[in-house]
Parts: sequence; structure tokens; C-alpha cells
Amino acid sequence: MIENLTLLLVCQLIGEAVVRLAGLPVPGPVVGMALLFGLLAWRGGIPDGLGKTTAGLLDHLSLLFVPAGVGVILHFDLVAAEWPAIVGALILSTLATIAVTALVMRKLAKPEDRA
Amino acid sequence: MKDEFFELWVYLSTTPLTGLTVTLVAYLAGRRLYDASGRHPLLNPVLIAIVLLVGLLWAADIPYRRYFEGAQFVHFLLGPATVALAVPLYRHFAEIRRNAFAIAVSIALGASVAIVTAIGVGWAMGASERTLLSLAPKSVTTPVAMGISESIGGLPSLTAVLVILTGITGAVFGTYVMNALGLKDWRARGLGMGTAAHGIGTARAFQVNELAGAFSSLAMGLNALATAVLVPVVIRLLS
Repeated sequence: MIENLTLLLVCQLIGEAVVRLAGLPVPGPVVGMALLFGLLAWRGGIPDGLGKTTAGLLDHLSLLFVPAGVGVILHFDLVAAEWPAIVGALILSTLATIAVTALVMRKLAKPEDRA
Repeated sequence: MKDEFFELWVYLSTTPLTGLTVTLVAYLAGRRLYDASGRHPLLNPVLIAIVLLVGLLWAADIPYRRYFEGAQFVHFLLGPATVALAVPLYRHFAEIRRNAFAIAVSIALGASVAIVTAIGVGWAMGASERTLLSLAPKSVTTPVAMGISESIGGLPSLTAVLVILTGITGAVFGTYVMNALGLKDWRARGLGMGTAAHGIGTARAFQVNELAGAFSSLAMGLNALATAVLVPVVIRLLS
């Protein structure tokens, strides 16, 4: 588990370094993700332990958004000042986006390959 | 006795241990309810944990900065978790590559709808210009959204809040929209979640189905790219 966590951190660290050195407009962890993807493709498979560690981390992905979410407390007044428009825009826009994206995908996607 | 209690309180409210522990306890409470309900979307664990913690900070008069001294250890894991998304993406890469065209078109259209409807509805309901600019990148992951918001004259800190609220909205109500539309394809459902509701939607997608999670992760990443390109174009067309 520690080995796999270290692998994730090494990929992230390289990603952060690349983003800063090259001045890329994407977050460092995203470059780290591309790097790990490349490593898996090169190796031609997912090591057992890595699969378990990442599954554990991703099962609790929602936990990781909690601290930032509590930060809403800092900006209540900004939202409260225009709340009807903000709530209306958030709900309608989010739901419309989900509907359009998923419907277009259903229309265009090839039948699922269950092999 | 009263003084001792006060001293204990002062100690506990300043140590990072407290912020970290209450974050985990609040999340586990939310997760228990969520799992007990068969992962009902309305009982979203992020939403429950945030409501509990905001209530606690407010009631005990604890500044967010102090809370975050402990909670940052959880927050920190977002980086390695993002790297970890490579694993499900790799696992389902054959399915992704087969549908590359469909995915690109769906996300490009979804990204456009996200930007135009956010600005359009906000404008129709009388939001200020600053709020409209802050709303435009609301569907993408926080660091990218804040960068876009700043570059077009929005308020990055307001955008950060709107991004979180968007993620929760998608994770809580998205399931109902897709069920109402009769969408059964996990690839399409995941793509919709990730495009509209970034990481919080992706967390929900992973809890429901791994294939949906992989497509949601992909959509979250590609929509960050699409939105960064499209927002400045839309703003120029409108002004």
C-alpha cells in the first residue's frame, strides 16, 4: 500500500514539476495521471496492489471534497446577495448539461463491447 | 473545573487533530446514511458532511482557517486521487478509444450547454455581470475554473463556491434526470455526470458503477480543456 501511494505521489510530483517548468495551463495531478497512464500502457497491465489502493482511494473520493466544500462558509454573503439567480442558474444549467451530454453520447456511442 | 474545561476546549480547538477528526466523523456519518439508504442520491455523503461541519463551525464559532489546518490532510489526497484515475481509465481504454468521436462530440456540446445556460439563466434572473462571469466555468474542476474566472474578470473565490455547489447539484439530482430520460448506458451516464459536475459527480459515478466512473473521470478532464477554450469565445460573442 505504501509502495502504491508512493507511486501516485511520485507521478504527481513529476506532474507538478512539468507544469511549472513548461508553464502548462493544467493542474499538476492531471499531468501525473497522464504519466501513470503511460506507465500502465508501457507495462501492459495493472499490478494487483495498485488496483486495490486506487479502488480504495476512489471509493472515498467524495470525502476528499469535504474540506473545500466547507469553505462555502467563507463566501455565504457573495452567494446570498444574488441567491435566486445563482440557484436558478446552477440547477437548470447543471441538469441541462447532464441531459445533453448523456443523450448525445447515447445517440453516437457504438454498442457496448462486452467481450 | 470550569477553567480546566475551558483550557481543554482551547487546546482542542487549536490542534489540527480536531479538524481532521471531525471531517472524517462527519463523512462517515454521511456515508452510513447513504449506504443504509442503498446509496440514495439525495443522501449524498459530501452534502451531509458539509452541512454538519458548517453547522459545527458556525455553532462553535471556529474560523474556517483553523478548521482547515486539520482538514488539509484530507484535502491533500485530492492530488494522488486524481493521479489514481489513470487506473480505471486504463482499464476501460479500449471502450473509450472505440468511442473517441462520440465522446469528443458529447463533451464539446455538453461544455457549450453548461456555459451558455449558466450565463443565460443567470442573466434572465437578474444576476450581476461579475456573478455571470464567475458562473461561466462552474462545471469544471476548481483550480481550472478559478483560473478561467480570473482571466475573464470574474471573482475566483465566488467561482470556487459555485463549482462546489454545481458538483453537489449534479451528484444529487443528476440520477433523476437520467432516469427520467430512460438512460441506461453507463458510458453515457458517466459522461453526463463528469461533464456537468466534475469530481463530485465523478465520486458519485464511481459509487454507482465503475464503467460510469471511468467515463466520468474522462469527461471531467476533457471538459476542463473544452471549457478553458470555449468560455473566452462565448464571452467575446456576448459582449
